[in-house]
Amino acid sequence: MILDLARFLQTERPYWDELNSLLDQIENDRFVTLSLHQLTRLEYLYQRAASALARLSTFSAEPNSREFLESLVARAYAECHPNRAAAQRFQPLHWFFSTFPKTFRRHARAFALAVALTIAGAAFGWSVVAADNDAKRTIMPFPGLMQSPAERVKQEESAKTDRLSGHKGTFSAQLMTNNIKVSLLTFALGATWGIGTTILLFYNGVILGAVAVDYVYGGQVQFLLGWLLPHGVIEIPAILIAGQAGFVLASALIGWGNSSMPDLSTRRTRLRTVLPDVLTLAGGLTVMLVWAGIIEAFISQYHYPVLPYSWKIAFGVLELAGLTLFLSRAGGA
Amino acid sequence: MTALANAVVIETPEGVRFRLPLAGVVSRFLAWVIDVLAIATISTIIGKLLIVVGWLTADGMVALSLLAYFAVSIGYGIAFEWLWHGQTPGKRVFSLRVMDANGLKLKASQIAVRNLLRSLDSLPFLYLVGGIAALLSPRQQRLGDLVATTIVVEQRRLVLPDLLRLNLDEKFNSLASIPHLAARLRQQITPTLVELSYQALLRRNELTPAVKLQVFHLLAERFRSLVKFPDEITAGLTDERYVRNALQIALTSGRLRAARPHARAVINL
Repeated sequence: MILDLARFLQTERPYWDELNSLLDQIENDRFVTLSLHQLTRLEYLYQRAASALARLSTFSAEPNSREFLESLVARAYAECHPNRAAAQRFQPLHWFFSTFPKTFRRHARAFALAVALTIAGAAFGWSVVAADNDAKRTIMPFPGLMQSPAERVKQEESAKTDRLSGHKGTFSAQLMTNNIKVSLLTFALGATWGIGTTILLFYNGVILGAVAVDYVYGGQVQFLLGWLLPHGVIEIPAILIAGQAGFVLASALIGWGNSSMPDLSTRRTRLRTVLPDVLTLAGGLTVMLVWAGIIEAFISQYHYPVLPYSWKIAFGVLELAGLTLFLSRAGGA
Repeated sequence: MTALANAVVIETPEGVRFRLPLAGVVSRFLAWVIDVLAIATISTIIGKLLIVVGWLTADGMVALSLLAYFAVSIGYGIAFEWLWHGQTPGKRVFSLRVMDANGLKLKASQIAVRNLLRSLDSLPFLYLVGGIAALLSPRQQRLGDLVATTIVVEQRRLVLPDLLRLNLDEKFNSLASIPHLAARLRQQITPTLVELSYQALLRRNELTPAVKLQVFHLLAERFRSLVKFPDEITAGLTDERYVRNALQIALTSGRLRAARPHARAVINL
């Protein structure tokens, strides 16, 4: 049987036009709510167009009307077939204080891996610089860390003027954006099956270890703690969470470590399952880095005698305790 | 679902198949250029607005404009693709749309993840990583698309061909006068031949007379090879008329009124 295309198009066209304008309405306004009548009509029109497409592909070889109908059916198909559970209204407070810590705990193994890699890097950096102090020239990218710790402490403590005066906000914004960029990259590198994430975490560890050993051997432990703790106790866990998110992504890509979801055999289903989780982790670490950026610009860069080291260290310890409590307890089981 | 050279074929649960034509790397890159310009414009406008803050604190103004640029460059793609169902201004200009790789409704988490992975795809410059990934991937996905299970499709607004102006409603059709042969023609004819005849008739005025004769001769020969009608019926028919009549037979399942031979004789006189 051959389809009388002209007649067929003539009878079907009003339905397609109606479907087209309904889809336009949906696509042009994110917040449109369709009435029950419109929804059932959409479903009917989609099915009618789909069956027309099936007839057209079987009984006619006319490419233009087929392409037209394909594009129409594709748009309607997406609207009629929601991608699993419908999105719920986003509640920022509930998300941060409940969803985020719960998601963090659900992927505790990925976080442990990130911690282990950073510690391994720190041990490496520590031992290299301890063995050969000149190695820090190769390892450290920041000229500010080149001078000896004792000189730095002397210089900072004798500073008469506030060198950040009038620039604190800008400095803070630079810290935030830079740290968020680095963290997002650490997370995104999960797409390289976690290889890039591994390298970045290890490298971060190396720098931490190298700086630490330099100050410890220079006898400036108190300065180091006072300088790093206030922002570091938030910033470093945030980077670790970025690594965690990267590893969750990588494990979904590779298919390892998914004993909790054995039936998610294809890569696509695994990815779809972890997407909301990695997104929550990325969002949570962004909030943490905003906080760390403020603290680093407004508190960390002030040293004795402006701010006593004991205060800064105590503040850092308090933050760390709070963060630990938050990530391990908030949101309930 | 299978991937063709430049399209993804999706089969619905009802068994209907449709293709999603994939967008090329070049048009995606051009769309991105437009989006970069748009981001720069939006950031500049916000910067101008922040001058008001600058009257109070210069430091605050610089800090806020830094943060605003950062937020716009990350949030731009997410916001537009969410608001406009997978389109940004650049994608709209080039009729591109982000879609779920299974043709389903795009989720907010997919949009966010594919945009966050731009930090990796844009490395080391000008989206080299993403471009290479898209060229290597069968569905032309950059890494962000692979992870978010999305594809970018080309979505041109198509128009239906106007077949009605062919006006195939001939009053008399000599081929219909022998019903069993007409029925066999309907049975033998292929969609491809129908399509060829349609196109030939639609474009007849664009052809030079010699070519037109040749085209319709070839088509008529093709119809004649399917079913042989008696010579006394086809005698007075030009090739073009033969094609029109055969097409009409093929398309109108037996509803045609046969032209009576004597009536035709009268007209021929």
